[in-house]
Amino acid sequence: MGAIAAATVAILLVAAPASLAATPSPTPSPSNQQFQNNISGFLRDDARAPIQGVKITAKNGDFTGTATSSANGAWNIGVPSQGTYEVQLDESTLPQGIKLAAGQANPRSITFSQTSNVSVIFAFGKGIVVQQQDFGQNLLNRLVAGVSFGLLLALASVGLSLIFGTTGLTNFAHGEMVTLGAVLVFVFNAMNLPFWLAILLALLGGGLFGYAQDAGLWRPLRRRGTGLVPMMIVSIGLALAIRYVIQFYFGGATQQLPFAQSAEIQIGPVSISPNNLWSLVISAIVIGLIGIVLLKTRLGKATRAVADNPALAAASGIDVDSVIRLVWIVGGVLASLGGILWAYYRPGVTFDMGSQILLLIFAGVTLGGLGTVFGALIGSVIVGIFVELTTVFGLAADLKYVGALFIMIVVLLFRPQGILGRRERVG
Amino acid sequence: MDFGFILASAAGELFSPTTAAYALAALGLAVHFGYSGLLNFGQAGFMAVGAYGFAISTLSFGAPFFVGLLIAVICSVLFALVLGIPTLRLRADYLAIVTIAAAEIIRYVVTTNQLTSVTGSANGLAAFEGGFYSMNPFPEGDYLGMNNRDFFIRVIGWGLAVICCVIIWLLMRSPWGRVLKGIREDENAVRSLGKNVYAYKMQALVIGGVLGALAGMVFTLPRGAVQPANYGTELTFFLWTCLLLGGMATVLGPVIGAMIFWVVLSLTQGILYGLIESGAVTWLTTVQAGQLRYILVGVALMLLMIFRPQGVFGNKKELAFA
Amino acid sequence: MSKHSEESMEAGVDYMTDARAIAVGENTPGCKKRDPIVVAENVTRTFGGINAVDVEYLEIPRHKITALIGPNGAGKTTLFNLLTGFDTPNSGKWQFEGQSIAGVSSYKVARMGMVRTFQLTKVMGKLTVMENMRLGGSDQPGERLSKALFKGMWGSREKEITDQANVLLEKFKLDTKKDDYAASLSGGQRKLLEMARSLMVRPKLVMLDEPMAGVNPALTQSLLDHIKNLKAEGMTVLFVEHDMNMVRHIADWVVVMAEGKIVAEGPPGEVMKNPAVIDAYLGAHHDVDLGDSEGIKALEQELVADEESIVGTENAGIIAVDVVAPDMQETIRTDKDKA
Repeated sequence: MGAIAAATVAILLVAAPASLAATPSPTPSPSNQQFQNNISGFLRDDARAPIQGVKITAKNGDFTGTATSSANGAWNIGVPSQGTYEVQLDESTLPQGIKLAAGQANPRSITFSQTSNVSVIFAFGKGIVVQQQDFGQNLLNRLVAGVSFGLLLALASVGLSLIFGTTGLTNFAHGEMVTLGAVLVFVFNAMNLPFWLAILLALLGGGLFGYAQDAGLWRPLRRRGTGLVPMMIVSIGLALAIRYVIQFYFGGATQQLPFAQSAEIQIGPVSISPNNLWSLVISAIVIGLIGIVLLKTRLGKATRAVADNPALAAASGIDVDSVIRLVWIVGGVLASLGGILWAYYRPGVTFDMGSQILLLIFAGVTLGGLGTVFGALIGSVIVGIFVELTTVFGLAADLKYVGALFIMIVVLLFRPQGILGRRERVG
Repeated sequence: MDFGFILASAAGELFSPTTAAYALAALGLAVHFGYSGLLNFGQAGFMAVGAYGFAISTLSFGAPFFVGLLIAVICSVLFALVLGIPTLRLRADYLAIVTIAAAEIIRYVVTTNQLTSVTGSANGLAAFEGGFYSMNPFPEGDYLGMNNRDFFIRVIGWGLAVICCVIIWLLMRSPWGRVLKGIREDENAVRSLGKNVYAYKMQALVIGGVLGALAGMVFTLPRGAVQPANYGTELTFFLWTCLLLGGMATVLGPVIGAMIFWVVLSLTQGILYGLIESGAVTWLTTVQAGQLRYILVGVALMLLMIFRPQGVFGNKKELAFA
Repeated sequence: MSKHSEESMEAGVDYMTDARAIAVGENTPGCKKRDPIVVAENVTRTFGGINAVDVEYLEIPRHKITALIGPNGAGKTTLFNLLTGFDTPNSGKWQFEGQSIAGVSSYKVARMGMVRTFQLTKVMGKLTVMENMRLGGSDQPGERLSKALFKGMWGSREKEITDQANVLLEKFKLDTKKDDYAASLSGGQRKLLEMARSLMVRPKLVMLDEPMAGVNPALTQSLLDHIKNLKAEGMTVLFVEHDMNMVRHIADWVVVMAEGKIVAEGPPGEVMKNPAVIDAYLGAHHDVDLGDSEGIKALEQELVADEESIVGTENAGIIAVDVVAPDMQETIRTDKDKA
């Protein structure tokens, strides 16, 4: 017996070094043949016409990647790891009469922050000069951008909060619902559907996904009486599975939705990109509508009743299951919308874009108070503003999420129930 | 397709240092969740603290090996205290959110370019393992097909895992462990019996965190490099899968879970790559085969939790939440 | 010092037959007791603007069984939580055995000898009955992390604790179950286990939150006996209960709460005739004898028909729920668990 065991161990140990060589990466990860990190941009002249056939190289140590801008001016260099790269535009390949604008560094050094995609903007022509904004101006711009970001976060977190309130589930797969919205728009758009239809279908898809999740997974689990902690862990597995199913089909690259690039416009003292402005307006309207529905309609009252006390709601003749189903559908639509807006805000669509803001969504929800819908709204806007403003006050851009997560932990120290939450009774 | 090689690779995972690291980190999670009911979704953060704590103290301050080790452990204790103070009085899901957020904060901080001189930002740090290998008592030569370095790290990694398992086993059969198990089920009841629940939870958080930090060092030493990308939330979720595979309220569960995890991953990967190379599977690229592993892990995590939450070896009657 | 002399003075007293007056003077709400163990002053707690507890002055008599009664929402459990440190009041101070315990954490309160049970029984279902009992043991050095690794340092104390647990388990007729997981016990057995476990702490004051709720009628009598025995052994008991039968049978003293305030105090017979009590409990429905379960059923029917009553709403059936609708109680409890 002992001899057999010893022999087995010996065999296993013999095999070991080979296996170590076979799996050098610490976590299972796809091979490097198609890089997951991208440096990209659009080349457009001062009349916003695309510039084609320009050669751009990115260098870091002994890695060099090259790309040539396509017919629409887009270029993309896949790189093996996130880090600092020297990006150079080969000026000899520029069409005649087009020159880099004054003050445009070339080559320049760029660095990845949290995203797997960095965009580099080369400005052309005489008219464009990169301006140094003064502090107050910058503050105001970031504030508006922060509100816009916060409201798009709020779209996702209101859904998360509604789901938490009605079912008690802390859904870690909510980030994937966000991703799905943006990915669907990209897919439908790639199928040459009109832009408005693509968006409509994506929202529909998000709602369907919410419905399917509830009907196929969460409702059966509730029926089985599965506890909240196991459900939370199930949602983590689901998040992991969906994220990589999306990657499986969508790939690791960053894609752009139509009209993703837009020059900033000036409204009064604030300069904002039209996309951000749209995002702000759309999310404000949608959240306003949700608020009205929750406060004024029978349906909204039913939802709040279920969130408050499901058993009592059921006893009062409310069909709890259908309310929860509806909450999942609405949560799915809101998350999709949030995802589409997030794709414009970053800009770019990636398979992990949702999981990147999942923690910010959680931060918003926790700040506002778990399970309170209006708390989630306020919390998210605070997180959004905080994320944008920290860069104004000197925090490095690649640390801007840290500030928001940090403030969440600090708030928990002093007001654990969140801004609008209630304390619980023991016993 | 070379089945011999695929099997040998998979079997080799059983005793690889990475498996030892996963086992240690999952054992830490067992202390947190399995025995105390603390939802730690930031074990990757503890591992990062251990790995970076060691690497930075070695590279930036030239600390000798054992000083570096001590610093790493102290850092993880501090990290646990910082996480525990605001959250251990709150409901379990708050700890989950705060730990996952804190682990991400650690990752962002070691990735930022502001600290490149200390952390090496996205590229990470390397060449800090000299002190460790200089203590290698095995002269150069062939040890069961390995060189002396590979053999040494396996001996140390698994030796550490065994020692930690014994310590945790001793702790959990003691009255101290009994109080923890009580807290896992109902902390107010334990409080009503005159036990300082907060202190016990904090102790459990610290012990599991230290195990995570040790795991981070075992994980990083054979690679001779530490990179932030390795310490993302996925790592934590893999550890949870290991924990659930083996059974969460057992001492050997996490170890066996880590072994199963790596053997199964290696097998599926080997077979898939083999099938793709031999042309039997054409609808899959090797890149997609890599992504398939994540999908598998995710699905496995769900199925385990739903259908066999006690794990392969756990006792369902002792499962606190099912 | 005075405590000691008092104890020695009382040494010869049989607590079961001690018929000396409990109160000093009139039996009015907030009256002084001859020998109080707990004294609370101006304890208030508000939830979202509602005064859940607003107790001006309350003394709990030592070596007596005191019942805390009142309609649902009267603040009984909240008062329990406040006194034992499980909740923080908005204001107030209170003392136990002459020592102020305002703001003292719940586990320290328990160590001082003031041990409570919970309305929703809290046994550790995934631990065995014996482990549940051992968990209550005090002064176990093995519960310190520094000593837990070395069995030599805690093994002997563990034996003592086990012996103590065996004695109690036998008394509570749980000795045959001691190696079973507590989850396998019936509701009544769990109540017994929880009570036995709280005695492991060797308390001076035992606070039972609805000890009879959910208990099978067959076990009721033995539970009542156990509570009486606590007094015989020199402990003080304070319990919350809706079952008037129980209150009438075993309580020496009754404190009535309504809307967070103490509205009446006195011996059970006297209190149940008090118009303030009947009012607080029943509003307009005074013509029902609370003392028997038939009466409660009749009252229940009357209340369902009454629109202003809470019966038939959220708090339906909380008054003596185990008599009226044992099934419904189960659902209410599981819902509360979820919440």
